Amino acid sequence: MVTIHHYMVLSAVLFFIGVFGVLFRRNLIVIFMSIELMLNAVNLSFVTFARYTQSMDGHVVAFFVMALAAAEAAIGLAILVMIFRNRSTVQADDLSLMRD
Amino acid sequence: MEQYIWIIPFAPLFGAVVNGLLAVSNAGKGRVVSERLVSFIGCAAPFVSFVTAVGVFFHLRGLPEAERVVSQSIFPWLVSGDLQVDFALMIDTLSMVMVLVVTGVGTVIHFYSIGYMAKDDGYARYFAYLNLFMFAMLVLVTAKSIPVLFVGWEGVGLCSYLLIGFWYKDIKNAAAGKKAFIVNRVGDFAFLIGIFIVFVATLKIGSPTLDFVELRRLVSEHPEAFAGTATAAALLFFIGATGKSAQLPLYVWLPDAMAGPTPVSALIHAATMVTAGVYMVARLSYLYLESPAAMAVVATVGTVTAIFAATIGICQRDIKKVLAYSTVSQLGYMFAAVGVGAFAAGIFHLMTHAFFKACLFLGAGSVIHAMSGEQDMLEMGALAKAMKRTAPTFVIAALTIAGVPPLAAFFSKDEILWSVYNAGVGPSWLPGLLWVILLAGAGITAFYMFRAVYLTFFGKRRYTDEAAHHLHESPAVMTVPLMILAAGSVLAGIVGIPAVLGGSNWFHRYLQPAIGPTVHAGEAGSHAVEAVHGAGHGSTGLELALMVLSVAVGVAGILLARHLYLKNPAVPGRIAERFEGLYRLVYNKYFVDEAYEASVVRPGYRLSNTVLFRVIDVAIIDGIVNGVGVFARLVGSAVRLVQTGVVRTYALIFLLGIIYLIYRLAG
Repeated sequence: MVTIHHYMVLSAVLFFIGVFGVLFRRNLIVIFMSIELMLNAVNLSFVTFARYTQSMDGHVVAFFVMALAAAEAAIGLAILVMIFRNRSTVQADDLSLMRD
Repeated sequence: MEQYIWIIPFAPLFGAVVNGLLAVSNAGKGRVVSERLVSFIGCAAPFVSFVTAVGVFFHLRGLPEAERVVSQSIFPWLVSGDLQVDFALMIDTLSMVMVLVVTGVGTVIHFYSIGYMAKDDGYARYFAYLNLFMFAMLVLVTAKSIPVLFVGWEGVGLCSYLLIGFWYKDIKNAAAGKKAFIVNRVGDFAFLIGIFIVFVATLKIGSPTLDFVELRRLVSEHPEAFAGTATAAALLFFIGATGKSAQLPLYVWLPDAMAGPTPVSALIHAATMVTAGVYMVARLSYLYLESPAAMAVVATVGTVTAIFAATIGICQRDIKKVLAYSTVSQLGYMFAAVGVGAFAAGIFHLMTHAFFKACLFLGAGSVIHAMSGEQDMLEMGALAKAMKRTAPTFVIAALTIAGVPPLAAFFSKDEILWSVYNAGVGPSWLPGLLWVILLAGAGITAFYMFRAVYLTFFGKRRYTDEAAHHLHESPAVMTVPLMILAAGSVLAGIVGIPAVLGGSNWFHRYLQPAIGPTVHAGEAGSHAVEAVHGAGHGSTGLELALMVLSVAVGVAGILLARHLYLKNPAVPGRIAERFEGLYRLVYNKYFVDEAYEASVVRPGYRLSNTVLFRVIDVAIIDGIVNGVGVFARLVGSAVRLVQTGVVRTYALIFLLGIIYLIYRLAG
């Protein structure tokens, strides 16, 4: 029997994979994908709770997050393309202009 | 009439603003603005004040004696808690006399300035300052409360500074202006504390006020409340007066103030501003009457100053310096008078002094003008032949100051001497001693004045042919004012002919409502005045005898000067050689300036340079200011380490923050 706990654990695992991806990967595209992973982990828990409480609220928020993720992907990828064109790299550590 | 009082001070202010703008627009372009326009505005302004003042005078005459006061509030100025001080003007009989003297003599001197200052680069600036001075002086004498008086008091100080240093390109003139300003600052500080003391005293009664009329009523109704504070306040105000009116020990600025243009010396440093202290004591007569100790101090300081300055006057060579010390000395007489409670006598002498001393100064200005700037009397002599109008007026004014009857100062000086003789201040021996000193001072005054007359106008010619070539009598615009003032010196005494000579002493009665405790307590008031004044003690015969004595002393002084400086011009030099030490002491003005230099200026300079500059300014104040900057930089360089520029570091900190927040919220 798959219970709510399984979903919760899966969601937490996915979320922390995302977090560690953001923290420790250097390639901006991977960081980007890790963010998407975190968003979807959250989505999973929303949908899980919606089912559990028999309410539509969680589904609504999940759709909002998807729409937001789509928008973010569009803008984020555009920025990435621009960065690559200007600096020929997508390594996060090379982009420390603000410090100097 | 009351609604027009504001015109009296504000007409000159208008003149000052217009001429000031003309001067500014003219700056650095030489003389572009027409002198005629400037002098028209400059002279019309005080003249308008004078005409208004005459109108107010006749309005006052139409009122019953006890109600001779008009006032006008212009705007509420200081409002704080229960205290309200309006910028209000008031003219009672005392102010009236002062306003007429200031505007009358002031207008004449403005006209004289047209001739004296002609072709000066700062012509418009000069008239702007002079009109500004008239404004401040008129605010001072028409003020209805102590703070407004103080505004005028500071205003005349400022204008005095500006005009002493008028030819500021010569560093000596600028230094003289600074000296006047700083010495006055010492007195003004005491004056301010005096104001606070009076305010606290009225606050304790429950009706805080600084209004002269209210204050007078309070002092009359609650004399016990002022018993402790009257002496302190009166003495502090008097210290202010010693600064403004050049009395010991703060007189040192006045002789140096002669660096200014001569009409300025006549108007500010002889006729009007320096008498402000005398006016202030008379204005606060009710306060001074509460403190016999303060009165005794005023009388003593005045008397000592009178003889002290008169002796210095004997040995001066600069004609303006002689007149400056003479002014200090004559102011001493006025303070002696108000110090013994003879306020009317003091103001009377103030008025006559304004005429004859202005005449003397303007006469000296005319001489200096004729001699192309020479001020040393030993380089003059025999000018009477060349200056047919200046010389007679100068001699008339000199006779007046010497106290020759029936000229004005004979009456005023004699009233002072008589009041001092009968005074009831201090220990019983004090009035007699003061009287002897003042009598001797009168003799010395006659002597040094006629020394100046003989050295300047008579005897052998001592100036060079070069100077003789330029020698000329001054134009009418300068000699007519001299004649007006000489006429004033002759006639001004009429208003105060004492009863013993068949007069009614109109002046004394005219001032009565404005002096002493409140008008309504008039009876008690005149008793209080008489208690100090001691009027009516001496007999008529004695009064006449003393009068003859003082005239004799004056004439003796004149004859001695004639003997030494006209008949035997070699004698003074021999006397000086004989008593070389004494001569040097007096010639160098008792080394007072040097003593101040050593005891106040140098230590002050050293204190400023070591403690104030190096410790307080550089170490403490700069230390704090720079410290703030250094601190900010230190914090910045510590905190900037956080700013790595690596996105992942930020994300880690972000994550740790969130974990901490969740922990707090869940915990």
